[in-house]
Amino acid sequence: MNPEGSPISRRVREVSPSGIRRFFDLLASMEGVISLGVGEPDFVTPWRIREAGIYSLERGYTSYTSNYGLLELREELASYLAGRYGISYDPHRELLITVGVSEGIDLALRAVLDPGDEVIIHDPSYVSYVPCTVLAGGVFVPVPTNIENDFRVRAQDIEKRITPKTKAILLGYPNNPTGAVMDREELVKIAQVAQRHNLLVISDEVYDRLVYGVEHTCFASLPGMKERTILLSGFSKAYAMTGWRIGYAAAREEIIEAMMKIHQYTMMCAPTMGQMAALEALRAGDADVEQMVAEYDQRRRIMVKGLNDIGLTCFEPRGAFYTFPSIKGTGLSSEEFAERLLLEDKVAVVPGSTFGQCGEGYIRCCYATSLVEIEEALERMARFVKRHQAR
Amino acid sequence: MKEILRILERDARTTPQQIATRTGKSLSQVKRAIKKAEGDRTILKYKTVINWDRVGEEQVWALVEVKVVPQRDVGFDAIAERIYRFPEARSVYLVSGTYDLAVLVVGSTMQEVAGFVSQKLAPLESVQGTVTHFLLKRYKEDGEILGVEERPKRVPLMP
Repeated sequence: MNPEGSPISRRVREVSPSGIRRFFDLLASMEGVISLGVGEPDFVTPWRIREAGIYSLERGYTSYTSNYGLLELREELASYLAGRYGISYDPHRELLITVGVSEGIDLALRAVLDPGDEVIIHDPSYVSYVPCTVLAGGVFVPVPTNIENDFRVRAQDIEKRITPKTKAILLGYPNNPTGAVMDREELVKIAQVAQRHNLLVISDEVYDRLVYGVEHTCFASLPGMKERTILLSGFSKAYAMTGWRIGYAAAREEIIEAMMKIHQYTMMCAPTMGQMAALEALRAGDADVEQMVAEYDQRRRIMVKGLNDIGLTCFEPRGAFYTFPSIKGTGLSSEEFAERLLLEDKVAVVPGSTFGQCGEGYIRCCYATSLVEIEEALERMARFVKRHQAR
Repeated sequence: MKEILRILERDARTTPQQIATRTGKSLSQVKRAIKKAEGDRTILKYKTVINWDRVGEEQVWALVEVKVVPQRDVGFDAIAERIYRFPEARSVYLVSGTYDLAVLVVGSTMQEVAGFVSQKLAPLESVQGTVTHFLLKRYKEDGEILGVEERPKRVPLMP
């Protein structure tokens, strides 16, 4: 037992519980809720990909794969990354198939952090970055982002927070929860900062395919950055494969080997069926992705217009499938807003504060849901906002 | 333009205002585009895909393979026109392979369909022969699966 008499380690106790846990309990007892609170596509995985998974079972692909993942998949991935972003990774030594990007984040942080090492993370950011940093013994240093800059992180703000203990910068763009997309010029500046201070960059680009009217820049493709970058991405969002749990990490050999070391002792390998399905996704899934992206784009426009019409102002998000409207006009905190909206008008959204202090005053609304539901949700939210502004 | 058409093809009831929001175009742009498409027969008509089985409406569908002798100058077009003018012929296609025209025939009874084939289609001068396949069950119509599909439930809240 530790001095506090708790069976739980200090490190785990240090991690604060998820802010949305209690919403689950509320939701469990409610009917007729429209959810804009999910972080996944509403599409079912395209049939050709599901069918490939089924076929792999029929053929008996039910054993472990290499710790690195199926070589065939890594080879396909290498050519995919070369074709899409012009970066060449050796499929034998520089790619690792992970159990979703979630595992990739954990592996990357554990592989590179020593106790007390600092990781600079933009705020708001995806919920796992900070806890995984803490669990890896690191210290997270938030960089505020804000609506004035459409929630893009600025190189100068990162640089201000660098100390002798800074080890890495963690970027998650296109961003969950805001939908923000970085532009190339700013990323180049961040690359220069990383170079100047000899830092690693962990870049979570799982939403790279979901951009609207802009181009995604892969951080590792910037000059000199392949050596410094741990590129994390996966199949969940683009191919609607969240439940399959297949992601990947791409980095220089030394880092991938370190990540693989942890992965082989904790995970062995990513699920084989999922890897087989992912292979089909890479080979033949492009048309499906394009179709889904076109669909998200239409919903995005409806959501952005609808929210602005209601008075929940939001900037135009150019990536992922989230809008991040301000709820400051209601005078409610983002948690209060989300809770009352759920209880009074049965729409589930995620409070912005779940994603960091800078998310306070905002809510995350996901538009990866049917048009009918989006329209109904907007009507309910309009009623809600009207009532709460009148007070 | 194509984006507007794709939206209407999937749901003809989408209003111009909804289309404008979804595509980021102005309402008047959308209305103009639709008007033009209707005018030049890009949009042929608006209709509804119905599962007639649900209301017990008997309909007999048959896919009829038609082998024809093409005619000088007009090829298959003249005979195709002779056939597609019959209201019983729901769709008419020129196809490659062992036969030439594929005709989708709809009637209310099997006799009616058989009668149409034997009395109208087969006797046409340039028709060499027909093979009639009656439809036994419809699984998917115009991209829509007819049976009720189970919709997997998602966790309603996930960061």
